[in-house]
Amino acid sequence: MACFSRVACGALLYISVSILPALAAPDGTELYKRHCAVCHGQDGNGGVGVPLALPSFLDSVSDDYLAKSIRIGRPGRVMPAFKRLSDAEVNAVVAHVRDWSKQPAPTYATTRIKGDTERGDKLYQQHCAACHGARGEGGQGTGVTMSRPRDLPIIAPAINNPGFLASATDAFIKATLMEGREGTPMYSFLKAGLTEQDIDDVVAFVRAFGDLPPDASASILEAESAVLVQESPYSVEETVANVKNAILGANFRLIRTQYLDQDFVAEGKANKKRVLVYACSFSFLNEALKVDPRIGLFLPCRITIAEHAGKTQVMIANPLRLSAMFNNAELNEMCKKMYGIYMAILEEATL
Amino acid sequence: MMRVRRLLMGIVFTALAAGAAPTFADELIMARVPTAFPEAMNALQEAIREQGYKLARVQRIDVGMSKLGYETAQYRVVFFGKPEQMERLPKRYPELIPFMPLKVTIFAELDETLLVTMNPATLATFFPDPALTDTFKAWEEDVYQIFARTRGD
Repeated sequence: MACFSRVACGALLYISVSILPALAAPDGTELYKRHCAVCHGQDGNGGVGVPLALPSFLDSVSDDYLAKSIRIGRPGRVMPAFKRLSDAEVNAVVAHVRDWSKQPAPTYATTRIKGDTERGDKLYQQHCAACHGARGEGGQGTGVTMSRPRDLPIIAPAINNPGFLASATDAFIKATLMEGREGTPMYSFLKAGLTEQDIDDVVAFVRAFGDLPPDASASILEAESAVLVQESPYSVEETVANVKNAILGANFRLIRTQYLDQDFVAEGKANKKRVLVYACSFSFLNEALKVDPRIGLFLPCRITIAEHAGKTQVMIANPLRLSAMFNNAELNEMCKKMYGIYMAILEEATL
Repeated sequence: MMRVRRLLMGIVFTALAAGAAPTFADELIMARVPTAFPEAMNALQEAIREQGYKLARVQRIDVGMSKLGYETAQYRVVFFGKPEQMERLPKRYPELIPFMPLKVTIFAELDETLLVTMNPATLATFFPDPALTDTFKAWEEDVYQIFARTRGD
């Protein structure tokens, strides 16, 4: 019996020491599938995000660059900051991505490269600005074309983005400028005739973006609340009628009106004091979808009229707050416009 | 404008300027489904039912747009919920109504399909009542399960 116990204890010890840690190790493939594949493609071929598996990209970026990019993201440029992932999970994702390459991961010095920023500015405007923007704000579209045709393998990154500047060392930027990136419009500056000193000057100029005020392309909207609420002095029925008139006045189409629970209860049993009015401006929607097809979160535009504690309330999910979820600065103006329209509808319907 | 009462149900966002800005990872849950839109749509609806939800409605955004002459890929919004929750939660938490029922946006990208939804766990920052936290976490896990099933995991 004692012998059996020792064997059992030994087996348990073996399991706990050698097997359980393996079971607990993060699965980079699964994590990639869950968090990354939607934008970067299942095989890293890109989409809304960078084609991570592109050899000229993957063989030139360090694991540290990848890990920091996952952690910090690119504020305002769709790529989110994955703050909830543990370090082990981030490393597992990096290892999964690295597996696509046959080359070992490069490493780069972290020291600053000295250069003449004024010369760098001139060279940058001559060689870089056409794709990366005059202030490094990147190409239009943030790569968010998803369901629409793409004519480039990659949208020029925003190299003034705080996430990029925090992830990329000067040596990495220099290496990219010297080598270029085959398969993308990024060409080798050396082959284009620039000297190493020229390239150092450009690196210094790019690094100096971090000293400038934040660019609009990296901004995220502020919002006080998740829901806009207005109390109505009218009954639910009267307020619904007012809301519909206000919607039409804003040049939106009424899509449908329904009770909140009507799809969940037997016919005739719905609570008639909770009404949803759906509306849409298709031209506005078409423009928004061109910027970011994920905006289905807003769709269709919806205004809720509900009675609670004897009072009628009109409620709308705040587009300013929802906007922050997309981390796409190109949506900001549209969300502000939508916020203004909603506020006007709330005002008019409850006057 | 001043008449509008904005309920401060969530955190007040500060330091949202670039650089110091937190971005909101995990506030969206997205998935790439390696099948064409019709198959993915069927799989999504089946996954929603298997997860114990009632499919409420499918909003055909693409149909509306096409009728008005706009070019678009297949693009739908799928609404779903649990009848008991649809009855119980609005009574106590009327401000939650704008986020009910749950919904998933589904759209085609060439021969694959993408799914997007707000992470229900985000609602905990809007509605910090501890009594709701478990519900939001359960919804989050359900969405992950639904997306995994739709992907065919």
